[in-house]
Amino acid sequence: MSDFEVIVVGAGLAGSVAAYELAKLGKEVLVVERGNFAGAKNMTGGRIYVHSLRKVFTDEELADAPFERKITHERISLMAPDANFTVDFSSNAMDNPDTASYSVLHATFDQWLAEKAEEAGAEMIYGIPVESLLKDENGKVCGVRAGEDEITADVVILADGANSLLAKEAVGYEKPPANQMAVGVKEVFELPAATITDRVLAGSDDEGAAWLFAGDATHGTFGGGFMYTNKESISLGVVAGIEACANGDAPVYQMLEDLKNHPAVAPLIKDAKVVEHSGHMVPEGGINIMPPLVADGVMLAGDSAMMCINLGYMVRGMDYAVAAGQLAGRNAAVALEVGDTSAAVLQCYVEDLANSFVMKDLCEYYAEPAFLEGFTRMFRGYPEMIRDILNDMFIVDGRPAKRLLNMTWPKIRTIGIFNILKDVRGALSAL
Amino acid sequence: MSSIEITVNVDEYLALNKYEVDEETPHIELVEDPDDAEFDKLIRVCPAALYKRDEDGRKSFDYAGCLECGTCRIICGDTIVEKWTYPGPTMGVEYRFG
Repeated sequence: MSDFEVIVVGAGLAGSVAAYELAKLGKEVLVVERGNFAGAKNMTGGRIYVHSLRKVFTDEELADAPFERKITHERISLMAPDANFTVDFSSNAMDNPDTASYSVLHATFDQWLAEKAEEAGAEMIYGIPVESLLKDENGKVCGVRAGEDEITADVVILADGANSLLAKEAVGYEKPPANQMAVGVKEVFELPAATITDRVLAGSDDEGAAWLFAGDATHGTFGGGFMYTNKESISLGVVAGIEACANGDAPVYQMLEDLKNHPAVAPLIKDAKVVEHSGHMVPEGGINIMPPLVADGVMLAGDSAMMCINLGYMVRGMDYAVAAGQLAGRNAAVALEVGDTSAAVLQCYVEDLANSFVMKDLCEYYAEPAFLEGFTRMFRGYPEMIRDILNDMFIVDGRPAKRLLNMTWPKIRTIGIFNILKDVRGALSAL
Repeated sequence: MSSIEITVNVDEYLALNKYEVDEETPHIELVEDPDDAEFDKLIRVCPAALYKRDEDGRKSFDYAGCLECGTCRIICGDTIVEKWTYPGPTMGVEYRFG
């Protein structure tokens, strides 16, 4: 007889949703979280697309969720050291409750989610890192070990994040390669709500912007800068490919410092107070580095299963974590009903995932990480070309004007028409 | 290593974070006399700037300001990062925003 039917490792998005589903189905579930509260060790850019939460919670429940701001402006910039070109997109479609997205901060959002799991009947313990997994004589996972304590369960759900130290023991997964992982560094800047609203041209203090920067934000290496507006703070950071950054010319924290001082960004955080400096990994390799999702007695969900995509103009992971947590919880419950939590039965989770948007998206964009990593001109080349073309268009010095095409052509030729066509073809086949 | 130009003092930002540092047990340990090139990778990728060199090129590493992201484990876990675990119960960084 096990201590619990299910132990969930990690009270992030996948873990708390899995525990919530299991508790609602009447299962005895324990969540073990190493932070002193849910979210204490978690970090995001970040923004969550609400659709998968809506499959877990009712509208009334979601009305209390501590979302920061609804994202009503999508901005993308090509950043040269001395210029910045931005596309700003807003649309009524961003208001649709089914498809809206919201900025979030984990320290508040994860606590709300963990409370939902607890209210549903899950037991939570905090401040305890799981050090290893317990296995029975047949190698089936049957619990967790933390310090002197051993707690047993019929199923263990690993939702312990992008830097899972348990995935190797669970499913034989060695650590992911450095060229498939990115490092994120972020600072949170405190500002009055109305100031933020004005600075990003949002319609109200409940609305805000998401902003990605390619090019000089990472000193021309693989990665990008990001900005998300919270209620009374701005999250500003940089995500850089770990391998590219390790072999590049600037430390990742220097990239962030330089981004903060770029003339296109500095006014956003003028007079703001830095209140936190955080770091986290992003499993950008997605499907290409995905571990086995189940083994006897154990399932993986969320970042620990590398459920993440970076499309260049959009990074997603949290909506996948929510959906995967839900499916993991439900399928763990099915396996418990059957009385068999072997990999053969837990495989139903993998099948459900395959039929869901999670695996469909990850498979659809399988070529994206390799394309972006090799798309060096996006980070150095195109931002400067765009700057030069637009300087010609917008800077007037009184000399006789040239036709646009005559001005533009030499700039395009600095990169080369074949290189541009090659990049367009690469983008079209990867995206 | 003089090629890396650093103008920011990340320690000042880390001082804004909340930590409970385990003074007894380092949760990250490097090999003795780590290889220069590998160490320089860690200087570039660690978001907390825990890996440093002074003007004379002497290397230093302090786990106290660790953000527990695991990046050094991914890039140098097979070379100069000998031990990488999470800090003990209730220890380490505690994000108030995240």
